[in-house]
Amino acid sequence: MLAIVDYGMGNVRSIYNAFNLLGEEVCITDDKNTLSSAEAIIVPGVGAFSDGMKNLREKNLLEILEKEVIEKKKPYLGICLGLEFLAEKSLEGGSHTGFGWIKGTVIRLQPNTPSLRVPHIGWNDTMVLKKEGLFKEIQKPTFYFLHSYYLKVDESEKNIITSICDYGGNQITATLQKDNIYAVQFHPEKSQSTGIKLLKNFLDDIRK
Amino acid sequence: MLKNRLIPNIIVNNGHVVQSRNFKHTNVVGYAITAVDFFNNWAVDEIIILDVSRQPGNRDQFHNIIQGVSRRSFVPMTVGGWIRDTTEINQFLKEGADKVSINTEAVNNPNFISDAAKMFGSQCIVVSIDVKKNQVNEYEVFIDRGRKPTGLHPVEWVKEVEKLGAGEIFLTSIDHDGTKQGYDLKLLQQVCENVTIPVIAFGGVGKWQDFVDGIKIGKADAVSAANIFHYTQQSTFNAKKYLVEAGLNMRMPEFYKLSTPRNPKYTETY
Repeated sequence: MLAIVDYGMGNVRSIYNAFNLLGEEVCITDDKNTLSSAEAIIVPGVGAFSDGMKNLREKNLLEILEKEVIEKKKPYLGICLGLEFLAEKSLEGGSHTGFGWIKGTVIRLQPNTPSLRVPHIGWNDTMVLKKEGLFKEIQKPTFYFLHSYYLKVDESEKNIITSICDYGGNQITATLQKDNIYAVQFHPEKSQSTGIKLLKNFLDDIRK
Repeated sequence: MLKNRLIPNIIVNNGHVVQSRNFKHTNVVGYAITAVDFFNNWAVDEIIILDVSRQPGNRDQFHNIIQGVSRRSFVPMTVGGWIRDTTEINQFLKEGADKVSINTEAVNNPNFISDAAKMFGSQCIVVSIDVKKNQVNEYEVFIDRGRKPTGLHPVEWVKEVEKLGAGEIFLTSIDHDGTKQGYDLKLLQQVCENVTIPVIAFGGVGKWQDFVDGIKIGKADAVSAANIFHYTQQSTFNAKKYLVEAGLNMRMPEFYKLSTPRNPKYTETY
């Protein structure tokens, strides 16, 4: 079973529906035992970084995630805020600590063209750096983005980035993979058949 | 490169999809779930669903509709109409919305915008602005589904909502709504020039070229319409095709077929 982490914010329903479409057994939970027995953990997110971390902390989910994903190497899929949480810190509304599983900082988008607006809302093309895994058999990697901040990965860990999206000179980390940790900045659950295919690829990759 | 978006607007009155002309709701078109099914297959980039019901007591029904359509919509969904508190925003997000649209309450209580943006992030908060020419022929923002003048000029108001943390503007011309004369391009330009957040144009589309003008002349980031998409097979697909052929940077029109499982397991309760 797949477990979507319920921390009181985020578009859990959309992700639930998307995996349901793939015929997967999936639940929305904050229960330690359910997360422990799940095949993979999915962390969605709509909202502010600090509020999200606060909710995870208050629900004691941080330790559980650390144990399952870092110690037990359970597959993790972070979507949007679920990607940004991986960073050491975020500069969204102050400076806030993240999971610290990836070396990098979440910073605000600052496109160099005035016609490019912030938030970055809409369908955009990604440049795929690593075709295997998430992008297998995806011909046109165009996805729906909805964010004002992005994860800037530290130079020393650049090799974990699997695709980028250029937004007015900002090289957005669109997807990354570090061992059992997968994360995407865009919304595959809302990127039509291309997004559904990416979710299918995630499942295929962790099951191979 | 970031693409322009085509967004059908589904106007729901007492549980039924309706058409609208100058904010008077005319004929009933059908069920929201059917509409979403078609649009989802016909290449749209996003969907907006607005509850315009005035009778209290229909809100639960609207929430049921959102839950129903979110199971079948795999493009982003913005939900709006009479949203007054963050609790209900959270509920809509849980039900499958990606963004919410705020209108009347934003004017009555501007702090609501900043509270909501702080809690859910700016990218989640669309401020919907309805504009009508007043008696002295100047643009004015109206609330309460077009009934109440506010004394605000749209340019002044969009600057303010951007400062408060809105992530997007949904701009409607009440005068053009349902009249098929195209967008109010002058209004659109004025608004687009004065904000750095994306603007969705709505109101008045009578032919596909109006979408092109909205983007090229009006400078909108996304274009939306309601009435024109009803009663025609593959309407949004054809509109998209027109936009691509006009040279706009859009997602290519394709038919999508996402068949839901034969026996879907909706075990979760909301």
